[in-house]
Amino acid sequence: MFEQIVFYCFAGMLIFAGSMVITVRNPVHAALFLVLAFFSSAGLWLLLEAEFLAIALVLVYVGAVMVLFLFVVMMLDINLAALREGFARYFPVAALVAIVMMVAVGTVVGRANFGLDKVAAPTPRPSDYGNTTELGRALYGEYIWPFEIAAVVLLVAIIAAIALTLRTTRQTKAPKPERQVLVRREDRVRLVKVDAERQS
Amino acid sequence: MNIVPMLEAQLGFLPDPVVTTLIIVLKILCIVIPIMGCVAYLTFAERKIIGYIQVRIGPNRVGPRGWLQPIADALKLLTKEVVIPSGANRFLFLLAPILALGPALAAWAVVPFGSEMVLADINAGLLYILALTSLGVYGIIVAGWASNSKYAFLGAMRSAAQIVSYEIAMGFALVGVLVAAGSLNLGEIVEAQRGGLSIFSWFWLPLLPLFVIYFISGVAETNRAPFDVSEGESEIVAGFHVEYAGMAFALFFLAEYANMILISGLSAVLFLGGWLSPLPFLSGIPVVGLLFLDGIHWFVFKTLIFLFFFLWFRATFPRYRYDQIMRLGWKVFLPITIVWIVVVSAMVVWQVPPWFDGA
Amino acid sequence: MSTVTSYLKSLTLWELVKGLRLTGGYLFDRKVTVQYPEEKTPQSPRFRGLHALRRYPNGEERCIACKLCEAVCPALAITIESEPRDDGTRRTTRYDIDLSKCIFCGFCEESCPVDSIVETRHFEYHGEKRGDLLMTKAKLLANGDRFEAQIAADRAAESRYR
Repeated sequence: MFEQIVFYCFAGMLIFAGSMVITVRNPVHAALFLVLAFFSSAGLWLLLEAEFLAIALVLVYVGAVMVLFLFVVMMLDINLAALREGFARYFPVAALVAIVMMVAVGTVVGRANFGLDKVAAPTPRPSDYGNTTELGRALYGEYIWPFEIAAVVLLVAIIAAIALTLRTTRQTKAPKPERQVLVRREDRVRLVKVDAERQS
Repeated sequence: MNIVPMLEAQLGFLPDPVVTTLIIVLKILCIVIPIMGCVAYLTFAERKIIGYIQVRIGPNRVGPRGWLQPIADALKLLTKEVVIPSGANRFLFLLAPILALGPALAAWAVVPFGSEMVLADINAGLLYILALTSLGVYGIIVAGWASNSKYAFLGAMRSAAQIVSYEIAMGFALVGVLVAAGSLNLGEIVEAQRGGLSIFSWFWLPLLPLFVIYFISGVAETNRAPFDVSEGESEIVAGFHVEYAGMAFALFFLAEYANMILISGLSAVLFLGGWLSPLPFLSGIPVVGLLFLDGIHWFVFKTLIFLFFFLWFRATFPRYRYDQIMRLGWKVFLPITIVWIVVVSAMVVWQVPPWFDGA
Repeated sequence: MSTVTSYLKSLTLWELVKGLRLTGGYLFDRKVTVQYPEEKTPQSPRFRGLHALRRYPNGEERCIACKLCEAVCPALAITIESEPRDDGTRRTTRYDIDLSKCIFCGFCEESCPVDSIVETRHFEYHGEKRGDLLMTKAKLLANGDRFEAQIAADRAAESRYR
């Protein structure tokens, strides 16, 4: 009973936040609603006793990814009028794509494959059960190869992104802190003994 | 804690869920109210200690030797007007201080004060801490953006980049701790540090580089000197909270100091053995010996040491330059932590005595 | 070799520890704070505080309206108007010092040929209204009467150096 109330609270909040993300005009507000959506889904996962995933969601998406998102969105001065210009022209294509997506999602999540009777309800675990160990076993045991391959793909992506953006031009006058911190006192300061007055 | 069953018996006439909720709320109050008091007197201690280091006396006018100063400050801030700038986003402007303070207090839920004294003894405690400390940045960036002021915005941008960068080093330092302890539960981490060498069997010794990096990153996470570029009085006035006044400003103040206490408490739990006594063999001495048993007083004592370091740092070091902060986080701390995680893992796998031989 | 030592120094935070030791030492140092309203720092007889116009012992005001102080004042804080008095001597009809402009350089005092305008040791004054810090001739003469004993003592003490 209590669990159901909590579930509907989180689910309602998730749907509300999700729809606000795409309808609200201010991009910063949209990003903050996305944060709220992440929180609600983390709450839902907690109800499923997936505390590691829930906390990891908050840690990774809310704590890091969305901060960078906000960082970028705040810097940009997005002109919404310009973005809405071609709305009528693109509407038929967009509608077609949306309908195809809806159908695809509907067939996967629809009654035939996804009903309450199709998936067994998770058995409640004792309160001292932690799924961190189980996840670790699964990731580093059963799924070690997919996991490692995904890691390598991500590493390649990181290196590629850095290589694409890191263009050191000759014009940059930015100081190089790694050289600056190596400067010692002896390199800069020369103590000279000078008589206060000329001896007459 | 034998008070809890007694209370439960007293409240027996109420339905069970209500009793549970009431007791949890009581426990929360037992944590939050002392923390608020600590914050108040931490500001006093800061002014006194920095004053002493600068060969001054510090506040000494309000009450005997200045002991009522924090109360006077709080009253002053409470009675001041909360000014909302005309171009500000009203809702977010008022939400930001709460976003800053909330995580700083919520993280205390999993901090063990004594062997059984913890509000929520959850298995993923360390992860929870990491997640909540990373949320504190929202208060700062939302405040900076909602103020509609360039100084506030610059401060928020600096702070966002800085906190995200240092969180990585901090996270890796915590990975080292959990590899060494073999658990994410903070209580079990403390128990894993119990050993025959008392003070030398705590994690600060085998994880010394991680310990140092964790604490320095903690200073950077709380935006304290020498990493206080998000406030930077001499550069950007006061950074993200320039536009705040009265109680809204006081909440930011509370959040900063609550975060300081949290980082200090966590350093004590993770690296200095939390509530473990450093001199357990002295507990045989009559009367005084009781002090040398494990208990909350050791946790408080260790936390106070770290808090003193926070203040000592502020009185000693000049502010870091921004690009050097970034270099320190990414090019120095990150490689060192990764190397030391490998070292710790090797020590754990080969059961290097005296810390990891399974005793 | 020096690179090795410099890396070792930076990894062990050697210089930071040195800095911490220095400030830590001052934590236990004797404090030099003067508790102001109860304790005061010693003042020199040359202290430059609130201005005053002096009189001769017979009650005659010293100022002869030569306007040297007005001319020398770098902050243009002094305004003087003068007229001959009934007995034929030139006296000021107006002598204003705007203390909100004054920089307390003491040039007026130096330039005065008759030791009339002086700066007293008094510095604990304030103004609550707009005109309070505009010292008129009457106020300055009143200051002179009030602090004459100390002014005379200070002049006497400093006479060897003037």
